[in-house]
Amino acid sequence: MKYGMPTLRPSVIPGFGITLGLTLTWLALIVLIPLSGLFIKTAELSFDQFWAIVSSRRTLNALKISFGLSLAAAVINLVFGALVVWALVRYEFPFKRLFDALIDIPFALPTAVAGISLTTLFAENGLLGAALAPLGIKVAFTPLGILVALVFIGLPFVVRTVQPVLLDLEAELEEAAATLGASRLQTITRVILPSILPALLTGFALAFARAVGEYGSVIFIAGNLPNVSEIAPLLIIIRLEEFKYADATAIAMVMLIASFAILFAVNRLQRWSEQRSRDA
Amino acid sequence: MSVSVGTLVSHRKKPADAARAVRSEPALVRWTVVAIAILFLFVFLVLPLATVFQQAFSRGLGAYLAALAQPDALAAIQLTLMVAAISVALNLVFGLIAAWAIAKFDFPGKSVLITLIDLPFSVSPVISGLVFILLFGAQGFFGRWMQDHDIQIIFALPGIVLATVLVTFPFVARELIPLMQEQGTQEEEAAISLGASGLQTFFRVTLPNVKWALLYGVLLCNARAMGEFGAVSVVSGHVRGETNTMPLHVEILYNEYQFAAAFAVASLLALLALVTLVLKAVLERRLDAE
Repeated sequence: MKYGMPTLRPSVIPGFGITLGLTLTWLALIVLIPLSGLFIKTAELSFDQFWAIVSSRRTLNALKISFGLSLAAAVINLVFGALVVWALVRYEFPFKRLFDALIDIPFALPTAVAGISLTTLFAENGLLGAALAPLGIKVAFTPLGILVALVFIGLPFVVRTVQPVLLDLEAELEEAAATLGASRLQTITRVILPSILPALLTGFALAFARAVGEYGSVIFIAGNLPNVSEIAPLLIIIRLEEFKYADATAIAMVMLIASFAILFAVNRLQRWSEQRSRDA
Repeated sequence: MSVSVGTLVSHRKKPADAARAVRSEPALVRWTVVAIAILFLFVFLVLPLATVFQQAFSRGLGAYLAALAQPDALAAIQLTLMVAAISVALNLVFGLIAAWAIAKFDFPGKSVLITLIDLPFSVSPVISGLVFILLFGAQGFFGRWMQDHDIQIIFALPGIVLATVLVTFPFVARELIPLMQEQGTQEEEAAISLGASGLQTFFRVTLPNVKWALLYGVLLCNARAMGEFGAVSVVSGHVRGETNTMPLHVEILYNEYQFAAAFAVASLLALLALVTLVLKAVLERRLDAE
């Protein structure tokens, strides 16, 4: 992307005014005005009221569960996503193209479907739940179940952001490192890892952001016990159903600010990533 | 003779082999990485997908078809198709208009505009539903006015469409904008200077150039629109046979312990996901070819 001088160059192509006008109007009607309603509703609260809602035990626990487990799921996706993408790009194995195509399943499968399917699999009488039960591991209807759903939902992000970068990586760099006497481990940690690090972190942040707001795949498997396995988006819905609009809005506000912060971080990472690939 | 051919061949092969060896890991490491990757993908992708179909047919084909033929199921399917058709059409038109403004002209604040278009991706679906309750709900900013004029948005079709449009807002635009920026304005300028009108230029020059990317965006937009759960769940009101989309119908059946019926409806959505992935692969090949 160019950040040159924002000149208003006269163009022979027609339709600038009307298309930009329609774009801004539609954007305002569908996205900006509805979202700013959230800010206005929050502004109706005094700071003490806002703080009382946000710092109540149940809200704090819900936020802790949502952010904590999302972070854990993103870390799992970072590690396993890196392994998966390495296997997909560098090695041959049976059904490789099928597995590659399946990576996008969590994007395409509706979250409610994923939710009931994971619950069935990990319930005590389910295929995986029954296998884990003798080990004393309960997944469905515990926080561990939330983690499983969030790993599922975030799985494609790391793989799909790192894959193109790893494919584009020039073989010469690795060969040069090897020629200069680097061991394979040194080449991977000192040559390859730094080149794919921005993409890895971008994928990690995207998976984290998606998990924080996730609702559909989690609520079936979570058990939804207040303070134990109740995620923040569910608490928003519970407060709405109790007609406690202020409570719902305040919790939503905290989550919205957090997602904007993550979005900002992702933008920074992508700019860093672009710069790095330009310098290379 | 055969020896010399053999040495010749091996001589030729050596540099390539050496290069490959330098860029690879010991066999044990390779096998371990592949095994872990396959196991991970099997547990988290293959099994959940297979479970949907296995559960859907657990009571046999008759029960499966009966579950889909229920009036509430049919109403849910109909509503989902209608909501998706409206939302995709709106986002398709918006995507084209926004991409034209952003890709064909220079103006200040362009990168901010692109970020704002992408914004709905980073908002929780539940919040995307909540904001419309705050606007149009009984206690909302326009709630009283809507009641006086007997207009219902929340717990009705317009609310479901609004929430779906918000959630799927960026899909078409974000596929078109980078491609149209890359394609530049030369072809359009040539068409205009040869006397074509703006609309002729758009339909005869621009649209054919971006048709695969447009279809790609529409495909992803449609998959999300049909499968959206969180945002729709907040605004729908869950009226059986009236405001329940397919994902919401799945939830109700599941919570009533009608597991086979829930998975039967879910299997249609899973099928949609599989068809989406196949078409996506086809379109990606077309896009790469261009």
